Amino acid sequence: MSAILDTLDATPKSRGPWATALRRLLRDHAAVAALIVFVVIVVVCLLAPAYAYWAGTDPFKSTLDAVIKLNGQDVPVMEQSTEGLGLGYTPIGPTWQLGNYFLGADNQGRDVMARLLYGGLNSLFIAGMAAVMTLFFATLIGLAAGFFGGIIDMLLSRFLDILWAFPVYLLAISLSIVLIAQGLNLGFVTIESGSLWLPIFIIGIVYIPYVARPVRGQVLALRESEFVLAAIGLGVPSHRILLRDILPNVSTTLIVFVPIIMALNMITEGALSFLSIGVQPPDASWGTIIQDGQTLLYTRPMVALAPGIAIVITVLALNVLGDGLRDALDPRSKIRIGRS
Amino acid sequence: MKKLMLAGAAALTIALSALTPAQAEYKAEHRGGTMRLVARSAAGTLDPQINYTLQYWQIYQSVYSGLTAFKKGAGEAGFEVVPNLAEELPAASNDGKTYTFKIRKGVKFSDGRDVTIKDVVASFQRIFKVSSPTSGGFYSVIVGADACIATPATCTLEGGVTGDEAAGTVTINLTRADPEFMFKLAVPHASILPADTPTTDAGSVPLAGTGPYFFSAYDPNKGLTMSRNPHFKVWSEDAMPDGYPDVVQYDFGLTDEAEVNAVMNGEADWMFDQPPTDRLGEIGTKYKDQVYINTLTAWWYAPMNTRLAPFDNLKARQAVNYAIDRKALVNLFGGPVLAAPVCQVLPPGFPAHVPYCPYTKDPGEKWSAPDIEKAKQLVEESGTKGQKVTVIVEDTAVSKSIGVYLQSVLKEIGYDAEVKPISPNIQFTYIQNTNNKVQISVSQWYQDYPAASNFLNVLFGCSSFTEGSDSSINIAGFCDKDVETKMKDAFALAATDPVAANKIWTEVDRMVTDTAPAAPLFTPKHIDFVSKRLGNFQFNAQFYWMVTQSWVQ
Repeated sequence: MSAILDTLDATPKSRGPWATALRRLLRDHAAVAALIVFVVIVVVCLLAPAYAYWAGTDPFKSTLDAVIKLNGQDVPVMEQSTEGLGLGYTPIGPTWQLGNYFLGADNQGRDVMARLLYGGLNSLFIAGMAAVMTLFFATLIGLAAGFFGGIIDMLLSRFLDILWAFPVYLLAISLSIVLIAQGLNLGFVTIESGSLWLPIFIIGIVYIPYVARPVRGQVLALRESEFVLAAIGLGVPSHRILLRDILPNVSTTLIVFVPIIMALNMITEGALSFLSIGVQPPDASWGTIIQDGQTLLYTRPMVALAPGIAIVITVLALNVLGDGLRDALDPRSKIRIGRS
Repeated sequence: MKKLMLAGAAALTIALSALTPAQAEYKAEHRGGTMRLVARSAAGTLDPQINYTLQYWQIYQSVYSGLTAFKKGAGEAGFEVVPNLAEELPAASNDGKTYTFKIRKGVKFSDGRDVTIKDVVASFQRIFKVSSPTSGGFYSVIVGADACIATPATCTLEGGVTGDEAAGTVTINLTRADPEFMFKLAVPHASILPADTPTTDAGSVPLAGTGPYFFSAYDPNKGLTMSRNPHFKVWSEDAMPDGYPDVVQYDFGLTDEAEVNAVMNGEADWMFDQPPTDRLGEIGTKYKDQVYINTLTAWWYAPMNTRLAPFDNLKARQAVNYAIDRKALVNLFGGPVLAAPVCQVLPPGFPAHVPYCPYTKDPGEKWSAPDIEKAKQLVEESGTKGQKVTVIVEDTAVSKSIGVYLQSVLKEIGYDAEVKPISPNIQFTYIQNTNNKVQISVSQWYQDYPAASNFLNVLFGCSSFTEGSDSSINIAGFCDKDVETKMKDAFALAATDPVAANKIWTEVDRMVTDTAPAAPLFTPKHIDFVSKRLGNFQFNAQFYWMVTQSWVQ
């Protein structure tokens, strides 16, 4: 008897689904590397105020007449051309000295490195908050449409269809153009025109159908599963079924969506800011810095290149992480953005 | 009759003296070829009585004629008004309120028809029928204009513009003497068109003109083609000389960078837009022989809404004027070669301009440096410190960088400032409309014609302000009784004593500058970047590069 008990004790305990997923994720080296890269980017961006303080620079103030010490010599941040006709006024290029215009200056004489860090902070904040907003509303809609069905499903699905009918960028740009000058006033909430919450709101809205559709599909299937039918048969209230039985079952899908939607948000934010309808100057985001750098592409390409590279690395990290999470949480899942 | 003969003889003498044998030979040598121009975009309607853009006014100079014209000469000669379809500039009669123009005979439209008295009268009526942007400004002084502005469709300008077929004259009666009327007749809105021209905006449909070229094709999304007018004969070298190229092809849709590359590679002969700032160094060194830089009678300025806090307070406006570093703005525009700081409304070289600079470190005639301490003190005294201020700028590279700089300065002197760049397509009308509650913006003004009133009265006259209108060019909403009285005095005196009138305009310039409804920023210079093959570049102070006076072969 004791031998049997010993054998039973020796049998490994079944891990919970989350532990299993974490174990799978940690085995995925690419996903782990992506996670590390992403965390490093976030931490570095969080250090933006400290960097600006240490470097003694204000990344939001024009410093056109500033002079810096470079290799023992006084060098103006903005340099007037002295050759030929004397045309042109060029900001200093990368000095590769941390805290001393490491990546050079932009056309306002501002430290590009400091702006890059602040810009990253804003881009990540917008992408993250917009992802939260998208997932929150998409989950609400997906749960309600899939569980209650009937007229509620029809109305919500048609609403999603309308949003889906617009190309993402067309919708985002249209909303931005309308809202960027006047801000948003919904009565119970007001967002001022220069606020970061405006691009968050716009980006958060446009991706709702892309998450709500798969969630609704999953809820439709769960609604017909035996444990849900049993709960309904036992008279368990709907909200309790939704929260206790269905939501936990779609949560893995939602988690998988987080990095994917964040990556999309990063790109959308960059595009809107590049078009001057996202983050408003003098605030920085990676998109606005690329736009600032557009006028310096020939003379100071680093101004546009640095935020461009930052976006590429961040989005790549988020996408690889998203793939890893999907494999870890739901290996059979066919979730892809744009498909239900 | 004797007068006509004299005038004809005088015209012939002028034509012959202008066309010396050497010049005629020279012209023949370079005549022909296709000149290729490029621009970022088209400039809207092709209708000369409606379009109000420098881009098209420049090319209208070789296509459309008015009764008078600005002389097609290099430099400030371009400010001189010369007779065009009129045989001579008439002397004003009836206390300066009546002008009688003798119309040239034998001038033909590009469709082969003769220019008649009927065409001239109908063209003046059409200015109002199509609601030309300057119908209420430039031409409201014509008798009958009020009725035409009220009901454009039935405009007859009765008693205002009358023709006498037998005498070959057109008489224009004004409600009051207007010493600038000859200037106003020389701008494209007063072009003479065939009498049967539709009285609606012609849009993309070219209208017949009388110049050496006509518009043979126009697609705003692609380009504009100007071909030789087969019916053109030179009647005045000063007003309407013949051109060199056979065809002028104007292509649209290129980026600024692409325009620069096209000119560098010899694929285009000239670019309309100013080269992007990061290409200036390259252009100024490698291609310096293909660059022409000319001073403009224009200014960039920051109008401040005198009817809205915080700039309804004089000290707040003065503070902004003290705080702005004009040198920094000049650098943002491309450096001192391309712009110069200004402190007052009238640009240097303009009639009535006398250097005056009250808002600088050492007040005097020239701007020296910003006085931030003084600015901060004025903001404190005004009691507006900490108020929210939004700077509205065009979403273009230069405008936006100026806006960002202003935001930075406003913040430094104590305001909670933000900058809002909006599309260049709507910014100009947006900042004019009081409903948008614009506090401060960045704008530009380029002269229509060389008269002090074209800056002072147009930009700061009470009549230029209309509440809630997109067309209220007095963006600051400035209306000062004393300034208004002085301007009226200057207008009244200009007809009889232009020198004395200009002295009054100088006073007005100082008064407006002192009350600071705007912060003058800088006066820009114009850079023309042309191809290697383009020759005989001439810059006219009024309408800039004289396109068809250059050659390409």
